[in-house]
Amino acid sequence: MENREKTIELTGIIKRFYVGKPNELEILHGIDLTVYKGEFVSIVGASGSGKSTLMNIIGVLDRPTQGDYRLDGLDISSLKDQELSKIRNRKIGFVFQTYNLLSRTSALKNVELPMMYAGVGPKERTRRAQYYLEMVGMENRMYHKPDELSGGQKQRVSIARAMANEPSLLLADEPTGALDSKTGNRIMDIFHRLNREEGKTIVLITHSAELAEQTDRIITIRDGEITGERRKR
Amino acid sequence: MMLFLENILLALESLRANKMRALLTILGIIIGIASVIAIMSVGNSIRVSLVRSMESIGANNITLGLRQKEKKEEVTEEGYRFEGELGETTMSEEDYLTNEMLEEAKKQFADEIEGVVLSESVGDGQAKEGKKSSNVTVIGANTAYMKNQNFKLLSGRLLTERDQAEKTEVVLISDRVVKKLFDGDAGKAPGSRIEVFLNGKYYSYTIVGVYEYDKSVFTAIPEEYVSTEVYLPFEAAREQMHKTSGYSQIMLTAKSGINSERFARELETWFNGKYFRDNENYEISATSMEDMVKSMTGMLSTTSAAISAIAGISLLVGGIGVMNIMMVSVTERTREIGTRKALGATNDSIRLQFIMEAIVICLMGGFIGIVLGLILARVITNTMGYAAAPSIAGCFLSVAFSIFIGVFFGYYPANKAAMMNPIEALRYE
Repeated sequence: MENREKTIELTGIIKRFYVGKPNELEILHGIDLTVYKGEFVSIVGASGSGKSTLMNIIGVLDRPTQGDYRLDGLDISSLKDQELSKIRNRKIGFVFQTYNLLSRTSALKNVELPMMYAGVGPKERTRRAQYYLEMVGMENRMYHKPDELSGGQKQRVSIARAMANEPSLLLADEPTGALDSKTGNRIMDIFHRLNREEGKTIVLITHSAELAEQTDRIITIRDGEITGERRKR
Repeated sequence: MMLFLENILLALESLRANKMRALLTILGIIIGIASVIAIMSVGNSIRVSLVRSMESIGANNITLGLRQKEKKEEVTEEGYRFEGELGETTMSEEDYLTNEMLEEAKKQFADEIEGVVLSESVGDGQAKEGKKSSNVTVIGANTAYMKNQNFKLLSGRLLTERDQAEKTEVVLISDRVVKKLFDGDAGKAPGSRIEVFLNGKYYSYTIVGVYEYDKSVFTAIPEEYVSTEVYLPFEAAREQMHKTSGYSQIMLTAKSGINSERFARELETWFNGKYFRDNENYEISATSMEDMVKSMTGMLSTTSAAISAIAGISLLVGGIGVMNIMMVSVTERTREIGTRKALGATNDSIRLQFIMEAIVICLMGGFIGIVLGLILARVITNTMGYAAAPSIAGCFLSVAFSIFIGVFFGYYPANKAAMMNPIEALRYE
């Protein structure tokens, strides 16, 4: 196990927020976490446990106050904003609870968006966007705008978008939180398929123990500390 | 470069999503640009027509006039004092230009001078025939003047050298006078006598010719009362006025091909060197038509630039409108900005996106404004009777200025968008 390639390597991550001058609020108290390539890991915690903060750090949207973060062996803490944008663009695929699709444009254009920022040419972009939309079973609704899609369909588009630049890591934040359980299961099926067939490393952030049970490894976070780790497979 | 194009498309898309709002925002820019273009184009038209009409009067004309000499300053114990108070001096006989001087000048500059145009305004009066009357301005004019004015003769003849030499009491009248006094029959007028009530006296002249009055001369007076010129031989007019002295102002025509601007300087130097060196108060100033055209167009340009600058204030207001709507747009799209950042948009690309949006708004306003401004200018110049001369420079300037407004007023909102914290932006409801 230790010989496998590491995708995420967090060492002693501390995150503090400053709420007014004298009061500092420590949300994460020193997180050590390693996620290996091809793993499907879930991070479980109640709201206020610090899991969102941890997700923001893993997703390079935020920097830790202290500690070391390596993504694909690259030291993130020393990078500038512009380089962080590039990391988010190339190495991380976000799937949000509320989808965050751009409402004015079609599903296809939404999937093209990360590739646009990566500098992929228009034709290639469209071709690849079509490929990923097919992968999530949305080939028939590519030209629909998000308003014309159901919640499950929107989430599938957003998974296709997350896959667009072939990232090393899919980061899903409560991806089924706004869906009924049947649709939610279908979305989970897609994640499983991407994990199994495409070998994607997936980190799922959730408060649902039921969803977590489907993953390889469950990491429980509570009050800013990892309190439990259970390997399923 | 690719992002550049993408951003134009993005901007158009977001404008399409909010058509009414975009239109209202653009309106400020449209009005600003349209008024600047209209003003510049109308100014341009006036300038072109002015130059054209002045050149038709005679591009080779040079006006010689007396000018008060600049006083030498003298420092006394009380401070500065002028040698003789300004305005204290009046022109006297010996200051005037004389016939001898003009004859000498003609000899000296035989190759350059075409003729000396002399005219003397006798006064305003009324031409009468029984109970019928017509307002006239009596002017004494020499043959060079006749030639210079390019009269369109309807019947009879112009005033000749012989009329001048013999000081005959003959006149050239306008078709307007004929219309009033001779029922419009221009052929009947030559040979008839005409009574002119002038300066409290009646004068009787023989009509020798009828010229067509130039209707293009702008006047606010109803046609009925327009005063037209009645031309009398120059010397006859002077005799009538008991004038024997020289002239305070005359006009020369230079031969074609002569650079009248340079020739004017030459004349000035010659006259002042020869005749006016010892004159304490006066010297000669020569002004060519080109000088006048230059100073007139200079004045017009300054005026239209000044008015444009005032109109430009509406552009400023329009720009603030753009800024306002961009601020709203940025706030509304906070989540979009957060999403874009999560997907890998750099601060620069977000900034570029919003600046491009502002530029596109301003450019659209600019283009519509240019079209409207040109139409407006066309309408105004048509009404005023000038030839349309759209200001091309104004159009280019407007486009450049639109882009500038977009960048200037778009930068702050765009920067606000670029600097957003992605986490907070994603959380924004």
